[in-house]
Amino acid sequence: MAKVRGAIVVDTERCKGCELCVGACPTDVIGMAEEVNSKGYHYAYMKNPEACTGCVNCAIICPDGVISVYRVKTT
Amino acid sequence: MAEITLDQIIQPENMVYTRSRIMTDTVLHYCPGCGHGTVHRLLAEVIEELDLQSETIGITPVGCSVLMYNYMDIDMQEAAHGRAPALATAIKRLMSEKFVFTYQGDGDLAAIGTAETIHACNRGENITILFINNGIYGMTGGQMAPTTLPDMKASTCPYGRDVQMMGNPLKITDIVATLPGSYYVTRQSVHTPGNVRKAKKAIRKAVEYQKRNQGTCFVEIVSNCNSGWKMTPVDANQWLEENMLPFYPLGDLKVPEE
Repeated sequence: MAKVRGAIVVDTERCKGCELCVGACPTDVIGMAEEVNSKGYHYAYMKNPEACTGCVNCAIICPDGVISVYRVKTT
Repeated sequence: MAEITLDQIIQPENMVYTRSRIMTDTVLHYCPGCGHGTVHRLLAEVIEELDLQSETIGITPVGCSVLMYNYMDIDMQEAAHGRAPALATAIKRLMSEKFVFTYQGDGDLAAIGTAETIHACNRGENITILFINNGIYGMTGGQMAPTTLPDMKASTCPYGRDVQMMGNPLKITDIVATLPGSYYVTRQSVHTPGNVRKAKKAIRKAVEYQKRNQGTCFVEIVSNCNSGWKMTPVDANQWLEENMLPFYPLGDLKVPEE
């Protein structure tokens, strides 16, 4: 039972699809979208949002700073 | 327990991380996965946390990060190629109350700017130098740099760097650590979340120590150049860990005596 729930918001227009966040996520939350943004990059999205713990790993590895992280405690 | 929805999580009061407000909304021109963006963000976070935005003067180099002044909402000055430490010396001596840093790549700091770097550090100028080492000239098309590893391929050494003909790689951070004027010298990387956290701590120390007026603070960040190395960003970070880090080991080379 997860005590902490997290979520990320990706600024899809700034995302360059480098996929560093995918490998940085310890709970395999992030995937690359089938769709592309206006520059043609497959942007990151939450493919498995239930598993996110809001650990911030994806946001601090992101070179373009496109990820914002939210976290709540659920009891 | 009622299941919490994503909309309930994504509320302003629950935000734990977002890009520093010192970073402007301009989209970085760097290649996808480039470590420059990460280091820019770390520096912006440190400046924000220490409330130095109005006191900071940055010196940008020539190289990929030449347009850095578009990305950070602080005062910045462009230097001629390699001359950033000389310009920072002048600015710091004229405005000693300001926080002055230079941000340089390996082609700028370790090649054309070697003299300025070594002499600024040897004089013990009270500046902070951020040195991004990716072992290649990224902006001009991936040519061999002084920091290119032995046998590493680049566009001007397509069969790998032959040390018999092209000389040995330069570990300029190790040289700086031996100089009496340097105060804090460290080598970090930004290829994993853990290393990013350590790098941020090192940058924070290098910024804070400038207030002590004891000498030059020098932070090397071993970074990737996936376009120059002809790899995907994920492969480039893997290659960095396997090849760059054994040659450029991470850690503090010189720490202040407390």
